[in-house]
Amino acid sequence: MTAAGSRIVAMGHYQPSRVVTNDDLASTIDTNDEWIKDRVGIAERRIAGAESVADMATYAAEKALAGSGLAAADIDMVVVATCTSIDRCPNVATRVAARLGIAAPAAFDLNTACSGFSYGIGTADHAIRAGAARNAIVIGAEKLSDVTDWTDRKTAVLFGDAAGAAVLTAVAEGEEPGVGPVLWGSAPDKGDVLKIEGWQPYIQQEGQIVFRWATTALAPFAREACEKAGVDVSELAAFVPHQANSRIIDGIVKRLGLGPHVVVPKDLVVSGNTSAASIPLALSKLVERREVPSGAPVLLFGFGGGLTYAGQVVRCP
Amino acid sequence: MATREEITSGLAEILEEVAGVNPDDVAEEKSFTDDLDVDSLSMVEVVVAAEEKFGVKIPDNEVQNLKTVGDAVSYIEANH
Repeated sequence: MTAAGSRIVAMGHYQPSRVVTNDDLASTIDTNDEWIKDRVGIAERRIAGAESVADMATYAAEKALAGSGLAAADIDMVVVATCTSIDRCPNVATRVAARLGIAAPAAFDLNTACSGFSYGIGTADHAIRAGAARNAIVIGAEKLSDVTDWTDRKTAVLFGDAAGAAVLTAVAEGEEPGVGPVLWGSAPDKGDVLKIEGWQPYIQQEGQIVFRWATTALAPFAREACEKAGVDVSELAAFVPHQANSRIIDGIVKRLGLGPHVVVPKDLVVSGNTSAASIPLALSKLVERREVPSGAPVLLFGFGGGLTYAGQVVRCP
Repeated sequence: MATREEITSGLAEILEEVAGVNPDDVAEEKSFTDDLDVDSLSMVEVVVAAEEKFGVKIPDNEVQNLKTVGDAVSYIEANH
C-alpha cells in the first residue's frame, strides 16, 4: 500500500561511557585544549571499548523502537548509515534486526560517510511512499576510533564513536507528511580530500579544502531543501547540521541567515565528529530535552566524504 | 585597477573582520600565520572574502602559496 509520506515517531541514541578529553589527547600527541577548541570546537569525545558498530546501532535502535510504540514485528525495513563497519558481511542492518527480533525486514547498510543519515531517511521515506515498507528504522552508527591514526595530531582530535536512530512510519490517510523531500547530491571531483582508504584504513582529510567547501557550497543546498518542503528558512524551529566543526556550523548558519530563535545544537562539543551518527545523536538529544516542540520544522543537513551531502526538513517527533 | 596599497588596505579590512587582526599591523612583509596569528581555517575565510571583494578566483591549490600579505597582494594584482 503506497502512502502520502512518512514521519519520524521516535528517536534514540547511544554513546560509549569512556570520555576522552582534549587534555587526555595532549598527553600522547602534540596538541592542546585551546588549539582544539579554537579550531574545531570540541572539548571531549566518547570512545568505544569493546562495542562494535552493530552493538552501538542496536542500543540506539532499541531505544527508538521503545519510544515509538511499535513492536519489533511491525518493522519491515532497517537501514544503517555507516562508513566505519570493518565487518563486511553480514551487514550491520541484519545484525541489528537479529538482535531486536525483527524477523524479516528489508535490511541494508548505506555508505555516504557523514551525510549518511539524511540519505537513509530519504531512502526509507521513498520506500514508504512507494509501498515497499510501512515502518522503518534508520540508524547512523560509527566507530571512527577504529579508523583513526591516534598518532596523527591533525585527525586524532576530531572524531568520536556513537549511534543514533529514528523510527519512521507511514502517515495515515489525510495526515500531513512529516519528512520533507530530500535534497541530495555529491561533488565527486573532490573525492580525494576526505578518505578512509587502504589497510589498515585511516581517515585522512585536507582540512582547508573541506572547510572551504562546507562553508561556501552547502548553504544554497540547505536553502533548497527548505524550498522543496515548502518551508521558509525563517520558519525553522531548529537546524541540525552534521557536527564536524563549530566554525563550519557558524558559517552555514550565517549564510542561511538563521535568527537567534532557531535552535542549532553543537553536540560536537561533548561528542566530537561522529560522522553518520552525528545528526541523529544531536536530534535525539533535542527531543529528549524537549528543546523543540513536537511537530515543529527541523532542517537536517549532512555533508562529508565523497564529497556527499543530503538534507531534508522533518517535523520534530 | 586597484593599486597595491588599495589591495593591502582591502585585505586589512577583511583580516580585521574575519580574524580580528589590527589593521595597523597589516603590511606586505607580514606572514599571515606567524606574524598576524591567522589560523588555517581563518585563512580560508580570508581567501573567500578576498574573492568576493576583489572579483578574483583563488583556487584551493593556490591558498597554500599565500604565505605573506605581499603574496596575496601580488596574486590579486595579477589576477583581478
